[in-house]
Amino acid sequence: MLTPAELDAVRLSLSIAARSVIVSLPIAIVVAWLLTRGRLRGRVVLDAIVHLPLVLPPVVVGYVLLLLFGVRGPIGQWLDQAFGIRLVFTSSGAALATAVMTFPLMVRAIRLSLEAVDPGLEDAARTLGAGPWDRFFTITLPLMVPGILAGAVTAFAAGLGEFGAVITFVSNIPGETRTLPLALYTALQTPGGEALAARLASISFALGLCGLLVAEFLARRMRRTLGR
Amino acid sequence: MLRIAVRKRRADFALDVSIEVPTPGTIALFGRSGCGKTTLVNCIAGLLQADRAFVAIDDVVLEDTGANVRVPVEQRRIGYVFQDARLFPHMTVMANLRYGERRARIAQPFVDFDHVVALLGLRELLNRRPHELSGGEKQRVALGRALLSQPRLMLLDEPLAALDAPRREEVLPYLERLRDELQIPIVYVSHQFEEVLRLATHVVVMDRGAIATQGPIETVSRHSALRAIVGDEAMGAVLNGVIASCDPSTGLAAVQIGAGIVHTHLPDAVPGAHVRVQLLARDLILATHAVDGVSVRNMIAGTIVRIETEERGTELVEVDIGNGAIVVARLTRAASVALGLRLQMPIWVLVKAVSIQGHAFRVRAT
Repeated sequence: MLTPAELDAVRLSLSIAARSVIVSLPIAIVVAWLLTRGRLRGRVVLDAIVHLPLVLPPVVVGYVLLLLFGVRGPIGQWLDQAFGIRLVFTSSGAALATAVMTFPLMVRAIRLSLEAVDPGLEDAARTLGAGPWDRFFTITLPLMVPGILAGAVTAFAAGLGEFGAVITFVSNIPGETRTLPLALYTALQTPGGEALAARLASISFALGLCGLLVAEFLARRMRRTLGR
Repeated sequence: MLRIAVRKRRADFALDVSIEVPTPGTIALFGRSGCGKTTLVNCIAGLLQADRAFVAIDDVVLEDTGANVRVPVEQRRIGYVFQDARLFPHMTVMANLRYGERRARIAQPFVDFDHVVALLGLRELLNRRPHELSGGEKQRVALGRALLSQPRLMLLDEPLAALDAPRREEVLPYLERLRDELQIPIVYVSHQFEEVLRLATHVVVMDRGAIATQGPIETVSRHSALRAIVGDEAMGAVLNGVIASCDPSTGLAAVQIGAGIVHTHLPDAVPGAHVRVQLLARDLILATHAVDGVSVRNMIAGTIVRIETEERGTELVEVDIGNGAIVVARLTRAASVALGLRLQMPIWVLVKAVSIQGHAFRVRAT
């Protein structure tokens, strides 16, 4: 049904979105914790930085990533020399760009779920002999699961369609960084590519819808188990 | 011995209390809402930092700000039952119960899982989740969870306040069993005197952050600070007694109180059992001579030991009915004058059997 090139684009999109979620999830949990419960002074600044990708043009994010993670960039150079990891023009780089762009969505969802956790339950666990890490992993984190799942699925669905930052940072390389939206864009730039563009658009539409439905389904199930 | 001394400034009042009571026993912290009871309990648990605090249970000092001792909450082994139960919603009842048990840092657990399940009637609930429980069931699970953490002390912060009267009645017997069967000291916070009457061995009356009076319930029950909280109508002496005999056909029991016998309605009384009765001041009738031909079941001889004139033209008359048991009657000033009441005067106290509230209460030998 799909041509190998189309399949490639779908597979790439799914894999890049998945990798971006896996990488950013733990960080998002930590950041959400710092923003909600942390007593650090630069909270407002951290909050602003986290939300920047929402308000910046994606091309700017891609450009900043290029400056930082390019082979000449401070972090990129170190990664290359120390570990031989190159992010520019690779699917890993695409995952990084996607992670940065979807990060605010994820932090928001997780933060909401953390704010909904009753600190009284943590106090109760404390009186029952649970130390800080114990409390976090047995009480707080499990109670945040609905928000974490919702955040992960939303970020995944949004990540499937990340365009501007990806094309700026890792370019449009078939089989490496040409995800669905990039393939769609390429098709539109090619004479006679309208049919292909329409097919790719339909696939994106279907994937996005699936993501949102899954998120809703998971959230409902979790709420039921928790009796809310 | 349980020793607690806490000082803490808050925006609206200053908490400053000092309590020293024998263990085990049930200490009731009684007072209006907002008088600092919960603040005090949170300081004992360590959830709130007091300005100055000393908390010791028997030989174990949990906090002594003077000596820079502050055992972290999670190491205090204080079982805390919150007003709102605070069961973990993502766990079954079983997992909730095991949570504290698993974390109890103690070589020889003295509270056994099966015992707690039997004591609190939790067998049927074990596989349920908190949202499937009624309010009363939740509190029973919360009690069990706290008990299984092998506590040195139990803090019960108005565990019945969120329940309606029938649910309260459903949980109270379990609290009585807890007090009688386990040797764990309990601090019980309440603003319902009924609960204090049924549970406490020692009463601390709090008012605006300070202790208004404290002591055994018999003395505290006659104190003006208590009267100010429960109201004049609910005021009355509380006495401990032993059931001398009972008549199952009528449900009337004869209770030995002071040097006399008080008859009251206690259907499931057993001779020899300890009971606690409350004689409301407004229900007592005083007579200068023994009377005949009245329906009143109780006529007790005593001596007037105190007369207090109240603002609204009434008098509170305290009568010693022997062996240190003192009851208190409220009458109009006019009646008092007509009878010529004065101190040390012999007097008869009359009270209807149906006016007496009695509760089985196993008094500890402390």
